[in-house]
Amino acid sequence: MPQEVGKKYKELLRQYIDRQNEKDLYFGQQFIRKFIEKNIPPEDVISIHKTALMESVPDMPDSLNHSFDFLIEMMIHYGLALREHQSLIRKQEELQMEMNVALKVQDTLLKTEVPSVEGLDIGLVTESAKQMSGDYVYFLCDGNDKIGVAVADVMGKGIPAALCMTMVKFGLDSLQNDNTSPQNALAAVNRIVEKSVDDSMFISMFYGKYNMQDFSFSYSSAGHEPALLYKSSENIFKELGAKGLLLGVLPDFKYEERTVQLEKGDFLVIMTDGVTEARTETDFIDEAYIQDLLEKAKGECAQTIAEKIYEELASIQNYRLHDDFTIVVLKRD
Amino acid sequence: MEHRSSVDIYTEWDIVAARQLGRNEAKKSGFGTVDQARITTAISELARNIYLYAEEGKIEITNVIEDGLIGIRIIATDSGPGIPDVRRVMEDGFSTSGGLGAGIPGVKRLMDEFKIETELGVGTLVTAIKWLR
Repeated sequence: MPQEVGKKYKELLRQYIDRQNEKDLYFGQQFIRKFIEKNIPPEDVISIHKTALMESVPDMPDSLNHSFDFLIEMMIHYGLALREHQSLIRKQEELQMEMNVALKVQDTLLKTEVPSVEGLDIGLVTESAKQMSGDYVYFLCDGNDKIGVAVADVMGKGIPAALCMTMVKFGLDSLQNDNTSPQNALAAVNRIVEKSVDDSMFISMFYGKYNMQDFSFSYSSAGHEPALLYKSSENIFKELGAKGLLLGVLPDFKYEERTVQLEKGDFLVIMTDGVTEARTETDFIDEAYIQDLLEKAKGECAQTIAEKIYEELASIQNYRLHDDFTIVVLKRD
Repeated sequence: MEHRSSVDIYTEWDIVAARQLGRNEAKKSGFGTVDQARITTAISELARNIYLYAEEGKIEITNVIEDGLIGIRIIATDSGPGIPDVRRVMEDGFSTSGGLGAGIPGVKRLMDEFKIETELGVGTLVTAIKWLR
């Protein structure tokens, strides 16, 4: 311990003992910051105090002296706890840096670009609850007259979910450039997931294909939230559900496939449960509420509809998402 | 001349005896109050580990003089189960989160030099040195 530190401390202590002035306490606190900066552990601070006191008060009773030795002994553990804490904070900073790198990798790997096509207006909002998302949206645009869209949700959040997503992405990539129907697309991804993922990971997925020639939309679902279809002519919402197990449960599962027609002004909304199970502090929101919001926004373009739903649901949750949030809107121009 | 003395650890009272021995030796070597407390705490943690996990073992205190430096060496030996994952017990937060006290990283921080050798089913040997400055 540098001697001048002890000397300065003694000076401050003496002044305070003499006149108990607030100013001296203030200076004392300024001075102790240096101790913290220099990582001087609490047991040393007490030792400095003891020494300063002994030098300032000539007839200090032995009992008081011993009491400081007792306190020094106790403070050793405080000092250790403090240093452990500091080291854990450093470790956390390192993890955070790794996490940032992983996020960048995820962004690059799982980047979703919304295709721009004649005749179909597409909107997308996807926000993650934690740093890494367990939701994934994939568009397959083969340059012909069909557009595929997949929305997947890994049960679970964060890093494990994101790692799992990467596999789904490569599964979907392998379907590129071929004319796979939704039920076959799900069956293919299901086989990959079943083989490679442990039993505790489940993935739900909605896969749809829009045909721009005849305006039909075929879809299959692997245990995913039903999509919503707004029928402009009737001003009603229809649920688009199809029977199907979550991905990764059974190796050779046959997914149901259904088809609907999109008239002018109709739009489709595919969501994850972060949307349908959004909740306020006291309540879950219900589907009627989402339909209400969609109904109000129906005149807007697809992207605005998606953003409005997100804004509304995020704001009633005080912008704290409980789950990854993804909404895709497909609107026939 | 090298002076060595030891305490066998069977009961919790032996931890106190090991502490006392360490404090006396540290004082004799000229360590100040705070360093005496540090050396004693390190001995205490090591003895406690023996008492809790190995049931019996020994704490040995040796004076060392090396390159003109004076120091104290603590050797803790036991014939307990050994430590399956040394890297984990050296990690911050591992032992303290279980309420086990300062743990091995604590001992390492209190002392200047630290070495741990362990073999499953054979036992553990910890050597730690504090130098007088």
